[in-house]
Amino acid sequence: MSEGTEQKINKQAGKQSNSKVIKKLVLVVFAMFGFGFALVPLYDVFCDITGLNGKTNSVGVAYVNNGVDTSRTIKVQFITRTAKGIPWQFEPVINEINVHPGEMKFVNFYAKNKSQRAIIGQAVPSVSPGLAAGYFQKIECFCFTQQPLQAGEEVEMGLQFYVDRDLPAEITTLTLSYTLYDISGKASS
Amino acid sequence: MSRSNQRWLLGGGLCFASLLSSSAWADTQLNLTKGVTAVSREVYDLHMLALYICTAIGVVVFGAMFWSMFFHRKSKGAKAADFHESTKVEILWTTIPIVILIAMAVPATSTLIDMENNDNSEVTIQVTGSQWKWHYKYFDQNIEYYSVLSTPREQYENQNGSFAGNGANKDENYLLEVDKPLVIPANKKVRFLITSDDVIHAWWVPAFAVKQDANPGFINEAWTNVDKPGVYRGQCAELCGKDHGFMPIVVEVKSPEDYDAWLNEQHALAAKSADAEKASLSASMSKEELMQLGESTYMAYCAACHQPTGLGLPPAFPALKGSPIATTGSVAEHIDVVFNGRAGTGMQGYGKQLSLKEIAAVVTYERNAWGNDTGDLVQSADVKAAGGE
Amino acid sequence: MTTETINESLVDDHHGDSHDHKMTGITRWLYTTNHKDIGTLYLWFSFIMLLTGGALAMVIRAELFQPGLQIVEPDFFNQLTTVHGLIMVFGAIMPAFTGFANWMLPMMIGAPDMALPRMNNWSFWILPFAFAILIGSFFMESGAPNFGWTFYAPLSTTYSNGSTAFFVFAVHIMGISSIMGAINIVVTIMNLRAPGMTYMKMPLFVWTFFITAYLLIAVMPVLAGVVTMLLTDTYFGTSFFDAAGGGDPVMFQHIFWFFGHPEVYIMILPAFGIVSTIIPAFSRKKLFGYSSMVYATSSIALLSFIVWAHHMFTTGMPLFGELFFMYCTMLIAVPTGVKVFNWVATMWRGSMSFETPMLFSIAFVILFTIGGFSGLMLALTPVDFQYHDTYFVVAHFHYVLVTGSLFSIYAGAYFWLPKWTGHMYNESLAKWHFWCSLISVNLLFFPMHFLGLAGMPRRIPDYALQFADFNKWVSIGGFAFGLSQLIFLAVVIKCIRGGEKAPAKPWDGAEGLEWTVASPAPYHTFSTPPNLDEVKS
Repeated sequence: MSEGTEQKINKQAGKQSNSKVIKKLVLVVFAMFGFGFALVPLYDVFCDITGLNGKTNSVGVAYVNNGVDTSRTIKVQFITRTAKGIPWQFEPVINEINVHPGEMKFVNFYAKNKSQRAIIGQAVPSVSPGLAAGYFQKIECFCFTQQPLQAGEEVEMGLQFYVDRDLPAEITTLTLSYTLYDISGKASS
Repeated sequence: MSRSNQRWLLGGGLCFASLLSSSAWADTQLNLTKGVTAVSREVYDLHMLALYICTAIGVVVFGAMFWSMFFHRKSKGAKAADFHESTKVEILWTTIPIVILIAMAVPATSTLIDMENNDNSEVTIQVTGSQWKWHYKYFDQNIEYYSVLSTPREQYENQNGSFAGNGANKDENYLLEVDKPLVIPANKKVRFLITSDDVIHAWWVPAFAVKQDANPGFINEAWTNVDKPGVYRGQCAELCGKDHGFMPIVVEVKSPEDYDAWLNEQHALAAKSADAEKASLSASMSKEELMQLGESTYMAYCAACHQPTGLGLPPAFPALKGSPIATTGSVAEHIDVVFNGRAGTGMQGYGKQLSLKEIAAVVTYERNAWGNDTGDLVQSADVKAAGGE
Repeated sequence: MTTETINESLVDDHHGDSHDHKMTGITRWLYTTNHKDIGTLYLWFSFIMLLTGGALAMVIRAELFQPGLQIVEPDFFNQLTTVHGLIMVFGAIMPAFTGFANWMLPMMIGAPDMALPRMNNWSFWILPFAFAILIGSFFMESGAPNFGWTFYAPLSTTYSNGSTAFFVFAVHIMGISSIMGAINIVVTIMNLRAPGMTYMKMPLFVWTFFITAYLLIAVMPVLAGVVTMLLTDTYFGTSFFDAAGGGDPVMFQHIFWFFGHPEVYIMILPAFGIVSTIIPAFSRKKLFGYSSMVYATSSIALLSFIVWAHHMFTTGMPLFGELFFMYCTMLIAVPTGVKVFNWVATMWRGSMSFETPMLFSIAFVILFTIGGFSGLMLALTPVDFQYHDTYFVVAHFHYVLVTGSLFSIYAGAYFWLPKWTGHMYNESLAKWHFWCSLISVNLLFFPMHFLGLAGMPRRIPDYALQFADFNKWVSIGGFAFGLSQLIFLAVVIKCIRGGEKAPAKPWDGAEGLEWTVASPAPYHTFSTPPNLDEVKS
């Protein structure tokens, strides 16, 4: 390219202007890269609001006694699943319970480490319909913490919960599922 | 393309193909199934509505285009007009599509609201996908089982590059047959709670218009209410690894009476197999028996990944031939892997799928086949001990 | 990078290449900062990738010719579909458009070159390495990526075959290349327009690339982010997408499709630009509704950011989420419809002739619209439950991307070949290419609608017997379509080597600055910015 051309590019475009634009665009690129990661916490917030993935609260809430709404009965079902490679027996002691909104309930889950080594388990809850997740309030739950079990050890683990009185009227059945994972390798404790 | 064009294409295709193809085109389905539930019929109607609307728009738009292509061509001496803007027209063809879209959105919304109403079900079934089979558990019934592809391997594994006569030796429901179908009652609202043990799968039965992803660690709901007893088939609809194409779904819909009878039968069977498990604990099998049962079990459950030759498909599916776990390693560890699976890999636990006897046999087989001549014999009692029962 | 270094590199760059003589041999291509050279490199690269990705598709179609597994193992089949998709999206369609941008944008806006020529060289030359890594993974122990081009976690993390690292590295390089290319396009269009060319006087072609470049800058970094999470999940123990560690695999899909849906428009908006250039030229009539075209393109781009979850209706979204994404998706039909209507209105009462670029453009309008129709049907959530992940979807996106994007690329290539090479291409051979492609592509993709409606899932290496007949025809269409593309290669080679001398403006109805320079376009054009009042007729 001739000297003349080169000068013209610069003159016409203006150095300042070119680099300014580039700077802004590079900034946008980094901002959007960051936005990708920001979507992770945003997603959790979004899920909290909408119950998108049926995630429930991960720390206990205090029970607020606003009275029990005896006019409605909600069927709460419990199901469990053990992930690959965790040799535990893990099941709800009762499959299903009827509760009135606002009423506090306590249920137990049974777990037994059937292997010959100590294993740390972590139960991951999921509620369906997802919309109900925000109204399913856990006061105390074994899923808040990791569960170490020695070889052959068995345990009954408690879940204390209530269903919020604001639960939408069209929901009459609520399913709580726990999937149990072996996190011995990743456990932080 | 337009519906009428489809018919023409179909007609032309049929004539042409019947000359050349030996297979029965009469079975070939062209359109979406109407299905056997109220929802699936609503979905079908919506599909047809959308198809007709698209056809109508297509006829108008393409018609105008072909008109100008025929009559406004240079070779016919057409002189180009001068217009190139008209706000009026632009507003018109923005508004009309919006109206049409609203006409489609209204029925779509009401159908969707129906589909998402999972309440008041009479039967609840937990559906769990894993690589590459489905597991069904009847809530409150203490019945659970795996449902696995039952088309024999010989029918699909003809990898000798030969294209001749492959259709002939295949069953009617090739790749759509399982050992134990899901059984549900007709005319009752059945709810499915869908999840996965490993990767994402999707449980799909076209006749019910039900397709839900099975996400590991989370549950999804879907429901159906089938009016007609019969056998309905579907497939996994989310890429889930190597054998994604080989995990069909078969649902047998029975009348409520037959369904109750079936439940009783299953309870009786469960009791029987529990007895058999107990009996097998004290029994001791010979090497021949173990190897024979082991081979057939291995071929049915293990060979898809570890291959009939025991060479596996490394690195995802390691070889068993000569591997430490099946030779020098302890028998207990070997049983543990088979019984409980291994976290973070494709190896799942077979403790719930196979009987103690079968696990004993398969471990024996793996420790003695393909030159892994350890000479170890494993009995049901060993499995129970090592599996931690 | 600081302001100073950017400026220096710009200036420095011109010192390095400040002579009128081109270098010769391989160094000319390695060191070139000339927009026409780089455009040529992009176009050849994308054609090679098209043939490579096409070859993979041929193996896929050969396996699917009959029921039963005859040629490949299921796992290898998944590698084929994955790499086919990645190559076609990132290796064939996107670089082809960047090639058009490089060749044509400076000439269309009266600029001497792209604004950032050295970066331009870089953004091309890192691409071959990305694809060498991707294709090379076929020959590694792990095998190539086998988790689909959408690489859903956890199939691509915990359960991957060990190809994840190569895959992520390759995608990063492709992403950096695209981002650099996009920045270059934006800066060029903003700063190098000839005096008097206001934004609303730019050819629509320039507009579509301008908007596409912004989309790329906005979403490619998100892709980079999500593959980085994938990498750390697989190898460094994070749990973004693993429920056991508090993550969620569905979140992967949200982030991926937040990139993925705008990506779809990245691959079609430039096609709109090309077709909007060609249809007026051969209708000998100005483009109808120029400003509404600009607004329609912009609104499609904006809407593309709020429709991503329509790819995930079956993941278990709450009702209102499904409704929101359904309505937004349906809304996209409006601006897209406006575009189609405008093209038809441009043809209406024109004086039409049917050279190959026009044939491909007309086929584009019809077949892309068919793809749009199936897209509208897919937008309806309840029916999407039936269509999702079946061959209906495969038919839909191949209509949009093959008879849409690829056909527009062919149209553009034939349209500007005389300008690029200085020769007219062989019209009758080109017509052969068109008609063979048109017939075979419909034989290839139209029956896929029926297969999908009848219930055949996508990404399966073997299928039930009721799908056998259509699959046979689809495969035959596939082979025919693949072979037809070799005719294009022949046309291009013949055209480069000789042929009828092309005048500066071979198409009597064509408009634009690129036709005011000689054919072939001199190595340097518009060293002095053109006077728009003089050249505009």
